[in-house]
Formats: sequence, C-alpha cells, structure tokens
Amino acid sequence: MLTYTIRRLILTIPTLLFISFVIFLIVKLSPSDPTSNLPLTIPPEVREKIRESLGVNKPLLFQYFLWLKQFFWLEPRIYLETAFGWDLGTAGEVRLISYQTRSPVMDLIWQRMPQTLWVVGTAYVVGILIAVPIGIYSAYKQYSIFDQAGTFVSMVGFSVPPFFSGVLVIVIFSVMIPNDSFWWLPSIYDTTHQVTDWESFKFQFRQMIMPVMVLALQITAQISRFARASMLDNLNQDYVRTARAKGVRERGVVMVHVLRNSMIPVVTVIALGIPGIFGGAIITEQVFKVNGLGQLLIIAIQGGDVPTVQTLTFIFAILIVLFNLIADVLYGLLDPRIRYD
Amino acid sequence: MTDTPVETRKAARSQWWDVWDQFKSHKGAMLGAIFFVIILFGVLIGPLLWPYDATTIDIRSRNQGPSWGHPMGTDQLGRDTFARVMIGGRVSLAVGLTAMFIALVLGTFIGVLAGYFKRLDGILMRTTDLFLALPLLPLLLVVIMLFRETLSARFGPEGGIFILMVSAIGITSWMQTARIVRGDVLSLKEREFVLAARSIGTPNRRMITRHVLPNVLSPIMVSATLGIATAIITESSLSFLGLGFPPDFPTWGRLLRDGTDFLQQYPERAIWPGLMISLTVLGVNYMGDGLRDALDPRIRGR
Repeated sequence: MLTYTIRRLILTIPTLLFISFVIFLIVKLSPSDPTSNLPLTIPPEVREKIRESLGVNKPLLFQYFLWLKQFFWLEPRIYLETAFGWDLGTAGEVRLISYQTRSPVMDLIWQRMPQTLWVVGTAYVVGILIAVPIGIYSAYKQYSIFDQAGTFVSMVGFSVPPFFSGVLVIVIFSVMIPNDSFWWLPSIYDTTHQVTDWESFKFQFRQMIMPVMVLALQITAQISRFARASMLDNLNQDYVRTARAKGVRERGVVMVHVLRNSMIPVVTVIALGIPGIFGGAIITEQVFKVNGLGQLLIIAIQGGDVPTVQTLTFIFAILIVLFNLIADVLYGLLDPRIRYD
Repeated sequence: MTDTPVETRKAARSQWWDVWDQFKSHKGAMLGAIFFVIILFGVLIGPLLWPYDATTIDIRSRNQGPSWGHPMGTDQLGRDTFARVMIGGRVSLAVGLTAMFIALVLGTFIGVLAGYFKRLDGILMRTTDLFLALPLLPLLLVVIMLFRETLSARFGPEGGIFILMVSAIGITSWMQTARIVRGDVLSLKEREFVLAARSIGTPNRRMITRHVLPNVLSPIMVSATLGIATAIITESSLSFLGLGFPPDFPTWGRLLRDGTDFLQQYPERAIWPGLMISLTVLGVNYMGDGLRDALDPRIRGR
C-alpha cells in the first residue's frame, strides 16, 4: 500500500507539470496586454519598459519556467521564512505579481481563501450530514414514499443549477419577506463581518444560511443517491442474512454491519467531490457576492490578469489531482479486498 | 419444437419495440420526454406564431407584469419576455444539442479506438485522465474570454460565440462517454460473434462499424441524453457569469443574469428563464433515467 501511494505521488508530478503547461499555453495565447489598464498618459517607450520588466517579451518557454520557479520554489520559501523567521535569501527576488493589483498573486489568494473555505466547507459538511442519513433510510425502505420523495428531490438537486436556486431563495427570503421579519435573510454575504458576541454570531449564521444551503442541495443530491445505491448493494448480501439469523438486532445489522461496508465507496466519492465543489462555488459566490476565490478568478479573467488566472486555475487543478489520489488511497485503506500491491 | 404455431406466426418485433414498451412504463421518463418535445417544438415554432418579436423595443409598455398580451410581462425596454424566453430557448437548446453531439462523436471515437486497438489504449486513456484532471469551469471561462474577439470578428458576433461555446463545451465533456464506450468495447471484443466475424476475415474497419458500434449504442444513447442536460447547464452558467453570448442576444442564462438586476422590483423576470432551464434539464434527466432502464436487457425482461 505504501509503495502504491509513493508511486502515485511520483506520478502526480508529470501530470501536474503537463496540466500547468496546458493552462500556461491557453492563458498565454490571450491577446490581452498587461499595460492596457494603465493610464493613457504613459508614453509608449515607458510602456515598453513596463512590459519588459514584467517579462512579457521573453520566449514562451522561458516565461513558463520562470512561472514554475516562482510558484514551486520561491513562494514556498517565502512561507517558510514568514512562518519560522528563517532567512532563505528571497529578499531580492521577484514574486508572481498580479497585473491588476500589483500585489503578489499568492497574497491575493490567501486573502480570498478563508471566505471560500468557510462557505464551501460548511456547505460540504452540511450536505454530507443531510445526505448520508437520507441515503441510509431510503435504501432501507426502498420504494417507500420517503424513498420516492428522496429520489425526486435529488433529481431536482441535480437539475436546478445553483444560479437559479440561489436567485430563487433570494427572491423568497430577501425580497418577498419583509426586512423586519424573523425569516428575512441578507442576500449579500458580508465578509468583513467579525464574530465577537452572540448578536454578531447570529448575524453570521443568518448570512451563511442561503449560500450554504444552495451549495448543500447539490452535494446532498449526489451523495444521498450514492449512499442509497451503496446500501442497497450490501443489504442483500449473505453476511446480512447471517447476522440476522444469529439474532443481531435490526438496528445493529443496519447501522453496524451494512453501514460500515456501504460507507467505503461513499467516502471516496466525498473525497472526489471536493474539487468539484470549488468549481460550483464560483457561481454561488457570484450569486451571493462572496468575495472568495471564485470571484477573484472572474475579476482576473475579465481584467486579463494573466498571472492570477494561471495560478488560480492551476491551484484548482492541484486540488483535483490531489483529491483523486486521496480517494484512491482511501479506497485501498478502507477496503482490504482492494489492496493495490 | 415446443412452440405453438400461434406464437411463431406473431409479427416480427425488433428489439426497439421492447425498449419502447419498457420506456413507456417509466412514468417520469415519459413525462420528461413529452415535456422536452413540447419545449423543443415551442422554441422552434413558437416565435413564428407569436405576434411579438424578441428584439422589438416598445418603450411605452415597459416593465409590465403578466397579462394576456404579455403572459410573462415585458422587460425594462418593453420587449416581450415570452418571445425572448422562446428565442433564448432556441439558442440554449441548440448549444446543448450541438455540444452534446460533438462530445458524443469525440467520446465514441476515442472510446472505440482505445477499446479496440490495444496499442492505442494506454495513450488514449492517459489523455482522458489528463482531461478529467483539468479544472473545466475555470478553463472554459478563460478559453471563452480569450477567443471571443477573434471568432466574433471571423464569424460575426453570434455565429462566432456559438462556434466557440459549442466546441469548448464539446471538447471538455467527452471523457465520460469515452470511458464507458471503451469498457463496453473491451468486453465485446471477447465475445464469440466477434471471433466468428474475425474468422471469416472481416477487416477492422467493418468490424467496428458492423459489429462493435451497434452493440455500444445503448450506453452512447444514455450518455447523449445526460450530455444534453450538462451542456445546457454549462452554457447557462457561462452566460450567467457574463461570458456567453452578447448582451442583446437572449439565451436562458443571459436572461436570468439580466433578470437578477431587477430582482427587487420584478423577481419574475429572473424566475421564468431559470424555471425553463431547470424544467428542461429535469425532463432530460428523467428521460435519460428511463432510457437507461429501457436499454438494459436485464431490467427489460421484468
């Protein structure tokens, strides 16, 4: 198992390099000019100097390796320096600079990260907490009314895109319900809000309800179906009959014997879904005006901010590759029947 | 010779009649299919019959609520929302169907090649894995942002963005089909009829078109249906983020985006297109569900 994990880890390096190169090429083909957002009063020769200082005129491969060096070699050292106070000689080196804000791209990303993680993470946890019990119960009572309703709701969850479900809940809870009502919820997520006491906690809770529930609906739709199918696979197995025959209580049969075996594929699906959720959050963040990573990406794309777009897209790619690996390894760890050696 | 003469005289039925019988018994699938056909005809024929044009500006009758003349009201420029929703649906469905078709052709091609020719399997499947590891939504956004200008200049603002949108969605969504088709082809290759065909000297090309492709038709059809749903959602997401068709060119996603600006005063303007997207996708998803059951011979017998 360890050799398998190490082999997979080593294999991710060429994968990530290839993906980063593809992303780099796509972004670099853009006709956008890094100096186009600067004032028109700047004379052309200064403009050319600025371009040169940003390294735009260098050969493509050189730019690619420079980006690689900045992302994989310079940035980690800077974090080590700030974390432990070491001196690794990064003082004079040029970091990845955003064309729009002129600040290091990674700083921008770290600023936006908490909002996204907070909303997306809560939504994922809430979604799983709702999905798994629904999946278990609808499998146990297959074809009951509850099961039929669950199937329908998850079908709706699959079909209603977040930009519509988000708008719909805003219409219901922010527009139709009067401002002073208990049920009214804010439609804009205020990221500057600080939780200091009970009142501010209540506000934070209220403003999180809508974005979290919109994301959670989609997660629930997928995972509850998967949990149900997995439970159904196990409920008809011989070991379940054996357990019942030897007099294990029904609760024990379902919650201990069947559940433990059914959760193995569900856990891997949960791991596989995490990167996808970041993609879905791009839209949800736009609907509720959360200034997270997704919004940063949209702004950067619209402003032709090449370094930010490239780095953010690559971070999304790292997430996908990483969680694919985690899912595969988890599968092997949890299920002794699937050992890769 | 246990068959009675009555049974042998029964008219020959192709397997598609069995599929149809099974499909009919799935209520959700039937409803979904009927709804999808209605929408399809509505957006194709509707604009021809409807008295209002989607782009005619009538500033005097702006911001109207639903009435008999304007069943979905009018927008801030007095354009009839119902006409716009119909025209928008035309674009959304056209994008969905074309993108699905591209993804399907690409996925089937790669899947069959990978499954049939052992030499190509490794490289093609690694490519598929790489594509699956790409962050698709961000990349789609980037690609559309970058190539919009170039293609608009070449094929006109609408044609260019249509080509771009369709090819971008098609190229990023063939992977699932390829994987399913490859798996099916791999198992088909071991069957006796393939061996028999090979023993009489069937060349590879005819082997694929005569023996392999017809047998992988069912998974292809199912992923086609589900592909329409994903393509429609992807197109609307891009339009919603403002990276789709030009502003005066209605699609469902674009209408929804424009509607959110007036959410406070006229919430129904965002709800109509959103409802159309959701119901169409729901119908298509149910259709795919029923089709999967109908095409599965293990379920069909029951």
